[in-house]
Amino acid sequence: MTEPLLKIENLRIELALRSGQAPVIDDLSLELNAGETLSFVGESGCGKSMTALAIMGLLPEKVGSIAQGRILFQGNDMAQMNSSQLRAIRGNEISMIFQEPMTSLNPVYTVGEQIAEVLRRHKGMNKRDAWKRAIELLDAVRIPNAKARISDYPHQMSGGQRQRVMIAIALACSPKILIADEPTTALDVTVQAQIFDLLRDLGRETGTAIILITHDMGAVAEMADRMVVMYAGRKAEYGPVAPVISHPRHPYTKGLISCVPHLLAELTEERPDLTEVPGIVPSLDSFGVDACLFASRCYLADDKCRSKRPPEIVFGDQSSACWKADQI
Amino acid sequence: MTQIDDIPAKARSPFSEASEMFRRNHAAVAGLVVLLLIVAVAIIGPMVYPGDPFDMVWVPFTPPGEEGYLMGTDYLGRDLLSLLIHGAKVSLTIGVSAAVVTVSIGITVGALAGFYRGWVEELLMRLTEFFQVLPTLLFSMVIVSLFGASLFMITLAIGLVSWPAVARITRAEFMRIRELEYVTAARAGGVKNGKLIFSVILPNALPPIIVQAALMVGSAILFEAGLSFLGLTDPNVASWGQIIGSNREYILDASYAVTVPGVAIFITVLAISLVGDGLNDALNPKLRQR
Repeated sequence: MTEPLLKIENLRIELALRSGQAPVIDDLSLELNAGETLSFVGESGCGKSMTALAIMGLLPEKVGSIAQGRILFQGNDMAQMNSSQLRAIRGNEISMIFQEPMTSLNPVYTVGEQIAEVLRRHKGMNKRDAWKRAIELLDAVRIPNAKARISDYPHQMSGGQRQRVMIAIALACSPKILIADEPTTALDVTVQAQIFDLLRDLGRETGTAIILITHDMGAVAEMADRMVVMYAGRKAEYGPVAPVISHPRHPYTKGLISCVPHLLAELTEERPDLTEVPGIVPSLDSFGVDACLFASRCYLADDKCRSKRPPEIVFGDQSSACWKADQI
Repeated sequence: MTQIDDIPAKARSPFSEASEMFRRNHAAVAGLVVLLLIVAVAIIGPMVYPGDPFDMVWVPFTPPGEEGYLMGTDYLGRDLLSLLIHGAKVSLTIGVSAAVVTVSIGITVGALAGFYRGWVEELLMRLTEFFQVLPTLLFSMVIVSLFGASLFMITLAIGLVSWPAVARITRAEFMRIRELEYVTAARAGGVKNGKLIFSVILPNALPPIIVQAALMVGSAILFEAGLSFLGLTDPNVASWGQIIGSNREYILDASYAVTVPGVAIFITVLAISLVGDGLNDALNPKLRQR
């Protein structure tokens, strides 16, 4: 097997709190191959976005830091890179789109200027070529009448259109990896589907690997090849999407799946009750403890779960950090 | 059937939107007209009304309107109208260049402090506070009397005592904007810090700074008049303040000699303030109705 494009080894990210250092990401390892779509799933505050920011080297200054582990991009450790090496990768080899399309474009420049800017910065294109390419890109993200819309300011576009512009900017330099941090959370459902279609099609065309951060299990099932279920900064379950969804090996994954109606079965006349995962994510202070952090919300939990952190148990391609993984 | 997307969006740049908001403020438009008239006088006036304003042309203390001198003559028999016209250019130049000095220092200090935070911010803000607690008139008098009362020194002195306000506004805007998502997005796109400060954040921070700069022009003219009144002025250059200053002692015998330039200053500063107010309407997004 060839070397993976991105390899994260034993990553630990700590946040400085008033009470001390708390690990928001604890011992995370994963691999991303070229052209593949990997999905991060989990509730809010599980460290999904932190992982993305850590890959980009954009952890909040003086608050977040990489305490341990390596982020290998094509064999080079990004955690050790200086800022100019990182800048050469950001936006060029790895780019990112954000949750809020309404605020992630600079309001004082036209969308064309913002797309062309990236091309000029990373590809050294001249003004005219960059502008031409910007129109092509705007067309590629399916904005009708791209030639006219290119001189629009962000406030003249709708949320969905702005997210398309963000995608155009992110894909302008044909990056190897695109990190999409909840790209559709702020959009309505029909637009969500269009954006996912667009991401999937463009990812296939350009061979860009996508890291999709979401809490939408439906989107994962549709988009991703493999998935990582995060819980409280730890990897709960990891594996190819189909087996994980059809046979989850972690009670948290199981809970997440049972929240979504159409994943369970074909829609029939019978409407089973949807179950929720009771309780809330534990507070940051307790993230470091040697126990299963899901124990307080788990119907299978016993004393062992509450006193010792579960190791990763492997089932073929799938792995689960649960003491009771074989019982599920 | 037309798709909604096919209807070309009405191209309205932020500029055209702002100018519409400005035009809605009638006082500001009036102020702008008056200001443009004064600027025209300052530029065209000396050509229409040539001659050295410092030449003695008639008997001193000729009241306005007599002997063909519309504004009368001052204590040295100089034509006040000529002084006024030539002084317009000097006063406006001092106002604008002092505002430029103020804004340049203020933006640099405020941007660096607001962007980098940490010890850079501590250092720059303590410096700002140091300049803020100095009595402004006294401090500028010290500078001018130490380094000579040339126009350049007066402009610099006014700039040096006025920048802290601009620095504070700039810093506050930077602290707000640097946390916005498009700045993170720009970082994620590999933008360098220098570019982040000047082409990503600064254009978004400009509106309140522009308003402040416009008002600065007015207060710099007033400041210069104040210094001149105290005698701290270049006696070889006719600014409005200088006319007032040199005729100060004769205020009881020839009140018109200080009133005429005084009214000129009043009208100019008022016009500038109205324009500043209009700019505030035009550039403040909270007042904008969509």
